[in-house]
Amino acid sequence: MVKKKLVLSFPPRLTQQPVTYDLIRKFDLQVNILRARVVPRERGRIVMELKGSAKDIKAGLEYLEEQGVQVDPMVQEMRHYSDKCVQCTACTAMCPTDALTIEPVSREIIFEPSHCIMCESCIAACSYGAMESQF
Amino acid sequence: MRSLEEINDKIKSGKVVVVTAEEVVDMVKEQGVKKTARMVDVVTTGTFGPMCSSGIYFNIKQSTPKIKCGGGRVTVDGVAAYAGWAAADILLGCSAMTDEDPRNAVYPGLFKFGGAHVIQKLVSGEKVRVQVRTYGTDCYPRKEYDAELGLEDMNNAVLFDPRNAYQLYNVAVNLSERTIYTYMGVLKPRLGNANFATCGALSPLLNDPKLRTLGIGTRIFLGGGEGYVVWPGTQHVAEPERDEKGLPLTPSATLAVIGDLKGMKERYLRAASIAGYGSSLSVGLGIPLPVVDEEVIAYAAVTDQDITFPVVDYSEAYPLGRPGALGRVSMAQLMSGSVEVDGKKLPTGGLASRARGREVALLLKERIAQGTFLLTRPSAALPGAELAPGL
Ligand code: SF4
Ligand code: SF4
Repeated sequence: MVKKKLVLSFPPRLTQQPVTYDLIRKFDLQVNILRARVVPRERGRIVMELKGSAKDIKAGLEYLEEQGVQVDPMVQEMRHYSDKCVQCTACTAMCPTDALTIEPVSREIIFEPSHCIMCESCIAACSYGAMESQF
Repeated sequence: MRSLEEINDKIKSGKVVVVTAEEVVDMVKEQGVKKTARMVDVVTTGTFGPMCSSGIYFNIKQSTPKIKCGGGRVTVDGVAAYAGWAAADILLGCSAMTDEDPRNAVYPGLFKFGGAHVIQKLVSGEKVRVQVRTYGTDCYPRKEYDAELGLEDMNNAVLFDPRNAYQLYNVAVNLSERTIYTYMGVLKPRLGNANFATCGALSPLLNDPKLRTLGIGTRIFLGGGEGYVVWPGTQHVAEPERDEKGLPLTPSATLAVIGDLKGMKERYLRAASIAGYGSSLSVGLGIPLPVVDEEVIAYAAVTDQDITFPVVDYSEAYPLGRPGALGRVSMAQLMSGSVEVDGKKLPTGGLASRARGREVALLLKERIAQGTFLLTRPSAALPGAELAPGL
């Protein structure tokens, strides 16, 4: 079993096509959509996590590229700016996963991007602009 | 035990023993109050968090011809300032906004740039744009003034906060069905989270709950520089209800503080844009407690387990001014990451920074140990307090 977090960018003509359905049906992949922004007639973006055998994932990605979907590995979509962060911990109460936690002794914030599902709840909670979305 | 003069002599000769309010907890656990009091001369405290009742006033150098700001309109980087004084004194509150800011018309408002941001720019060394429109007089004929000024261009620049360093603060929750945006942060519906705004066992006024060693005239760490306690803060309550350890259970002490903005640092004076609420200034504030008797140590040994705060609903009870809390939780519980309210486990989030409050206490400790910060004798006690004998 391999897990991959990817950003898919769709040209406008493709936003109506059931590509995620195809990934599941044709390539036997588990698809977990973390974020999606699909506006008709505009470029759409989906952040998803794919789970499956290495072979199936490779075939699925080839299929996507044939369809004209641009696939990029997910480079950290949320950013924690430690120079702006004052370690208030307000964001940790909002984070639904353990992406934002507190180091118990120093009381400083630890951001673990691999746990982040990009829900953006932390952005409004941070009064210092230390959490930013690159989406 | 030891007088303030003896403590200052030790500071000057480099022999003073200073510990932070966190460090003193373990010392008392290991060695007891008596022995710790004999060893330690000063305990430093610290806090860092949004203190909305913060502002600056500054005096601009006169131009030729001269201008009278008083009675006119002044903006700084577009943010409305107050000029109801004489010719060249201008007051800017941290919550002031520009006329164009939509505030909460687009809800929740982002409050990206307010008075607090102007203050942060100034302490970080940047210039701000001061614009004055006023009427002319025979002695002050000029009607318009427009200049980019930094701290170095001003005759004086002073941080003045009429209400800081709350001794006790609410823990905020939301009982309603929708997310609310408050000065206590974002509160999720149906008891989704609990937010607290205190540094607990490190917090200045919780280490001297009866205000025995500080009062009007006490020199403090303020915004990275130095300041003074100048008055009881507004809404100061002289006689709160207390528990058996002397800790307040109901709204209690606050402080009015002042200090030279020119000596302050961006790290301890930070602008906060509180979603849906407004702009605010986070202030680093630390108070040194002179160990003039054993009681000072007994109070300063307060732990996060000892301190409790009332849990208040900010969807209805707070805005409508209804009394009553949903119970009390301790600082230790709040710091553990979750508390129980109404049988439900809620994640907790802070507004004050314990990490930076600790930095304040350590920096103050360092300044005292290096002999650059001497303690002062309060000129008067705060209302409801009695100074320790010998002070
Ligand atoms: S975006 Fe969501 S999951 Fe990611 S760090 Fe912020 S609150 Fe946590
Ligand atoms: S809310 Fe912002 S400033 Fe506070 S700990 Fe989180 S990232 Fe840092």
